Amino acid sequence: MSCLSEGVNNKFVRYLLQAFNYTIFMGLVWYFATSPAVRVIEDDEAMITVAFGHAGETRAECRKLSQEELLKLPPNMRKPEDCPRERSPIIIEAMLDGEIIYSETRLPPGIFNDGGVNIYFNSKIPAGKHSFKIKMDDSVRKQGFNHTLEQEINIDPAHILLVEFDPLSGFILK
Amino acid sequence: MLVNPVKRVYLALESWFNLSFGTEWNPLYHLGTLSFFLFWVILVTGIYLFIPFHGSLAGAHASVEYITHEQWYAAGVMRSLHRYASDAVVITVLLHMFKEFASSRYFGFRWFSWVTGVPNLWTIVTLGITGYWLVWDELAQYVAVGSAQLMDAIPLLSGAMTRNFVAGEMTDRFFILIEFLHLLGQPLALAFFLWLHVKRLSDVKINPPRGLAIGTLVALTALSLAKPALSHAPADLSTVPQVIQLDWFYLNIYPLLDIWTGGQVWILVLAITWIITLMPWLPPRKDGPKAVVDLEHCNGCELCFDDCPFDAISVQARTDGRKFEKEVIVDPALCAACGICAGSCPSSNPFRSRKEELKTGIDMPQLPVDKMRSQTDEAIASLEGDIKILIYGCNHGLNVNRLDSSDTKGVRLICSGMLPPTLVEYALKNGADGVLVTGCRHNDCFYRFGNRWVKQRFAGERKPILRGRADRDRIRVHGGAEPDKNRIEKDLNTFRADLLKKKQAEALAENSAEQDEASQEGGR
Repeated sequence: MSCLSEGVNNKFVRYLLQAFNYTIFMGLVWYFATSPAVRVIEDDEAMITVAFGHAGETRAECRKLSQEELLKLPPNMRKPEDCPRERSPIIIEAMLDGEIIYSETRLPPGIFNDGGVNIYFNSKIPAGKHSFKIKMDDSVRKQGFNHTLEQEINIDPAHILLVEFDPLSGFILK
Repeated sequence: MLVNPVKRVYLALESWFNLSFGTEWNPLYHLGTLSFFLFWVILVTGIYLFIPFHGSLAGAHASVEYITHEQWYAAGVMRSLHRYASDAVVITVLLHMFKEFASSRYFGFRWFSWVTGVPNLWTIVTLGITGYWLVWDELAQYVAVGSAQLMDAIPLLSGAMTRNFVAGEMTDRFFILIEFLHLLGQPLALAFFLWLHVKRLSDVKINPPRGLAIGTLVALTALSLAKPALSHAPADLSTVPQVIQLDWFYLNIYPLLDIWTGGQVWILVLAITWIITLMPWLPPRKDGPKAVVDLEHCNGCELCFDDCPFDAISVQARTDGRKFEKEVIVDPALCAACGICAGSCPSSNPFRSRKEELKTGIDMPQLPVDKMRSQTDEAIASLEGDIKILIYGCNHGLNVNRLDSSDTKGVRLICSGMLPPTLVEYALKNGADGVLVTGCRHNDCFYRFGNRWVKQRFAGERKPILRGRADRDRIRVHGGAEPDKNRIEKDLNTFRADLLKKKQAEALAENSAEQDEASQEGGR
């Protein structure tokens, strides 16, 4: 019985072909392990990052319950005030040199729309001096944007200008 | 016969590798085991690297730099091997998928192996991604911010992850969580999914041929020495990395975040995942009828149990009260309908019950052994000429009917492994001068072991063996796909010429023996 097989019979040629194949394989591994390179940001660009978590104000103020209303409730649930859980949406807008670079309205998450929202936004901008303005409306009970920061900034290439928010001190640039 | 273009590309690649590696070392026949071997390289080098690695935000980059530059001759090479083996495994896994797709080995009974390959793919890619975090260089920063953006795009999550990667917010706790995932969680998940992936196969091999393993390791080491893996500058969350040397094997989706939202990237990734997962049913296809056991003719010898490539046959205590101890049962959900079991059954002997229907212990309803015998009889009866050659060929290799001529006739089988060796003997005894058996290319059987079992049975290494009385000079075993027709035809012509020479020599010897006998009788 004879079993026919395939392949080059000359051992030297066979090993040479194998070396060629391994070279192609390793060439692919090496090339795609690092190339082509990705340019994330140009040499003369910087970045603005807005990142904070914030819960809007409740949509309505707490209401004091009357004596009659309290008596209707079970004794263990007689809280003097009724505070609605639903919060206001967050409306946020950022401007650079008078141009809007970010504008978003975020509804409060959760079944009762009572959760806080996480804001994360970044934008590449030319490095150097700019006029930066950010404003936020977090209350339907107040007219217009109730938190605003306007500031001249000077940002180095490849640097990140971080914009955070603190309920007590408002917007902070880092 | 028309071969689809994808298969044609695959077969061309396979032919090239067969030429340079031979059928024993052809990497396309060992993509699974080659991936396992690369995992071993990754594991061993990973354990070695873990010793000098400092698992903290402040110490990670410095320790990797120490590994790379101060100990370049040992740990540096280990780091490069760790990285390049991880990249190489993506190539072997993608080629493995391409091969299974191109050769239609992903639907029907194979759906389970195909679908369980998907979580393996996910685990491998995410394992690579967390690996890049641990260097905590600019690339790690880029990957971390991108990953956090993707996580924040998942509706059910809080959306606060990205805020970890602004200056001053990142903590060691988060870093250690990633380290834990990379060192323990993901490797364990991968081990589990790999086990699941091969669960429906029998006789699973996890080591490639030694020569292939050595060649791959030498190539990886040479690459590690020539182009050592290097880090970017340390991560600095107050700046943006300007240019990233991206590893496209693992991190290819991250540049998309520059033009798409996290949600859009998820839609793309999930769409690809779902398309790959559902491919076995696009469109739905059925296997042939499954193997059927006939206890009347089964003595519980377990040969079919030993030979089944898909663990579809199990052995149990006899249920029919006959004197035998065991019997076999077939699980139709696992059965590939390949017929290898019919070829292994000693009852599939065509010399039995020649006047009536040939029944065997385990058989294929679509091509019973009795039909194989009658097809053999019909084929031999149709042959004309000095040399009559019968070809048994499988449905997944070359269509043997393309070799039909007045003196050559092909009989098509589901798999060459379903050919009982006694049927070859039967054909030779009943008028065929030669028998050629062709299956898929060697080591690339559609049903895993068909052509290997044929070789072993014919060589007397595996039961049921081809008996010694069968003249080996009149038998040839070949493997070949559709594009190999010319080569097989050439070998067939050589076989025909050899058989003719043998026949003439035998006739000559017979004549001279008769003459000797006559002259001896005349002398008396």
